[in-house]
Amino acid sequence: MSIERQQVDHVAALARLDLTDAERERLRGELGRILEAFQVLDTLDTSGIPPTAQVIPLGNVERGDTVADPLPRGQVLRNAPRVEDGQIRVPPVLDES
Amino acid sequence: MTSAAPGFRVVIGLEAHVQLKTRSKMFCACPADYANAEPNTRVCPVCLGMPGVLPVINRRAVDLTILTGLVLDCRIPEHAKFDRKNYAYPDLMKWYQISQYDLPLCVNGHLDVTIDGSADRVRIRRVHLEEDTAKLTHVTASDGAPASLIDVNRSGAPLMEVVTEPDIKTPAQAAAFGEQLRGLLRWIGVSTANMDEGALRIDANVSVWPADHPVGAAKVEIKNMNSFRALSRALAYEIERQTELRRRGGALVQETRGWDEASGTTLVQRTKEEAHDYRYFPEPDLPPLHVTRARVDQLRAQLPRMPDDVAADLTSQGAPSADVAELLHDRALTDYAQAVIQAGADVPAAVTWIVHDLRRVLNARGLAADAIPIPPPELAALLQLRANGSVSSTMAADVLDEMFATGKPAAAIVHARGPQISAADQLLAIARQVIQENPQAVSDYHAGKQRALQYLMGQVMRLTRGKANPGAVSALIEQELGGTG
Repeated sequence: MSIERQQVDHVAALARLDLTDAERERLRGELGRILEAFQVLDTLDTSGIPPTAQVIPLGNVERGDTVADPLPRGQVLRNAPRVEDGQIRVPPVLDES
Repeated sequence: MTSAAPGFRVVIGLEAHVQLKTRSKMFCACPADYANAEPNTRVCPVCLGMPGVLPVINRRAVDLTILTGLVLDCRIPEHAKFDRKNYAYPDLMKWYQISQYDLPLCVNGHLDVTIDGSADRVRIRRVHLEEDTAKLTHVTASDGAPASLIDVNRSGAPLMEVVTEPDIKTPAQAAAFGEQLRGLLRWIGVSTANMDEGALRIDANVSVWPADHPVGAAKVEIKNMNSFRALSRALAYEIERQTELRRRGGALVQETRGWDEASGTTLVQRTKEEAHDYRYFPEPDLPPLHVTRARVDQLRAQLPRMPDDVAADLTSQGAPSADVAELLHDRALTDYAQAVIQAGADVPAAVTWIVHDLRRVLNARGLAADAIPIPPPELAALLQLRANGSVSSTMAADVLDEMFATGKPAAAIVHARGPQISAADQLLAIARQVIQENPQAVSDYHAGKQRALQYLMGQVMRLTRGKANPGAVSALIEQELGGTG
């Protein structure tokens, strides 16, 4: 199955991946072959099978609304690249919220 | 502009984000209340998005969402699930938000929005459950460089989203929908729904179309309205902007715009080219929910009587409808009033007195209605003393204040204040003094103003510190002034 270069760029942009031209070309081929492998599923007759969102035979796994102690802040911030005023500092981003 | 300009039609849909009143977060046991917490002190590996953690659904959050769906007359489907909504922005620790895509908890409801007595139905497309995001602050950091700071406390708090169909036609209707929704959310106790605290955040989708043209898919999403007034103003601005655009023959560009309160305008945040491609897929860590009829029935049984029913009840028993409407803004106060009535108080007197006198004391003391220290039967007893003339209105208000201060029952306080003065000889001198000192009120009385009599009575009450018998005072004043003026 053939993938357009544009589609590779789109997926890479969504995943915030910065790819070289060589990588783009390699991934174009690899993604195409992955999709081809999945196309095998199209040959199956699934008309009698209900849509499946989960293959784990579990349902209604819920917990009561109880509170437990959070982590000490020192531990929360231990992996932060930079810390300022008890918060995780990152390069400035546009406010989209 | 309150409605579409001639030749145009306006299409508005709303998305209301509601923080739920749970103790813990949506998928972990961190406290959900972060209001007064230091940054990053309500956080654990789950809401921090660490690898290898396992989220677990908060049952209470699901229940509160279903309760909301029920009061909005939604269908509660038997099957629901959570999905991953993928986007890269640092307000999400995991780079995805757990939300609900195609199987939400509630679908196909409606809310009848009343403006000036006429109701319009707004259909509810869905009510679903997701997790709130971290809070970003954009600052100039200590080293002088621009930076964004992340506080993860809010991340993972339960967030319910109510999505309407595009049935709304005017900014006023949008604001009225918001206010009615807020009232319902508070009434059933699922959220504080305080907009200024971010517990209720409403985004709007709006588009303007030529009336002779079918409504298309393009729309502008506006965000960042922190009050119903802002919601209404932002929509009015956007409708005017789009109408102008249409008049000039321009096409509507699908984009996200932010309301800017200071300038009273909306500003572009994101255009369609940058629009998100969320790549939803079923959340593999959360098994689906099977919502049984039994669970829904049990929740339905927990719902309180709705405000319209309570209002009909109280007004049919003689309570003034303005006071009833006022009372119903506060569920806790309504519950209290009903308990006072249950304890034997006269309905109109109880409602009016609670809305005015009791609330005045609550405001003065900075107390909420769920913190009234007086047992309802005690308030009923005070109202009884007032109804049979044992205490005047003035004194009743005084006694109420003392009940709050001392916790003593009304009868004991009244007794300690000494007997009521009803003897004419004691009251006559005072009544004459008041008449002497208030010639204006006297001439108003003779001109037929009933309020003048109330005023003069009030003066007697003031001089007797509320201990005069109201009936005796009124009779004396009328007698002294030579009968009804």
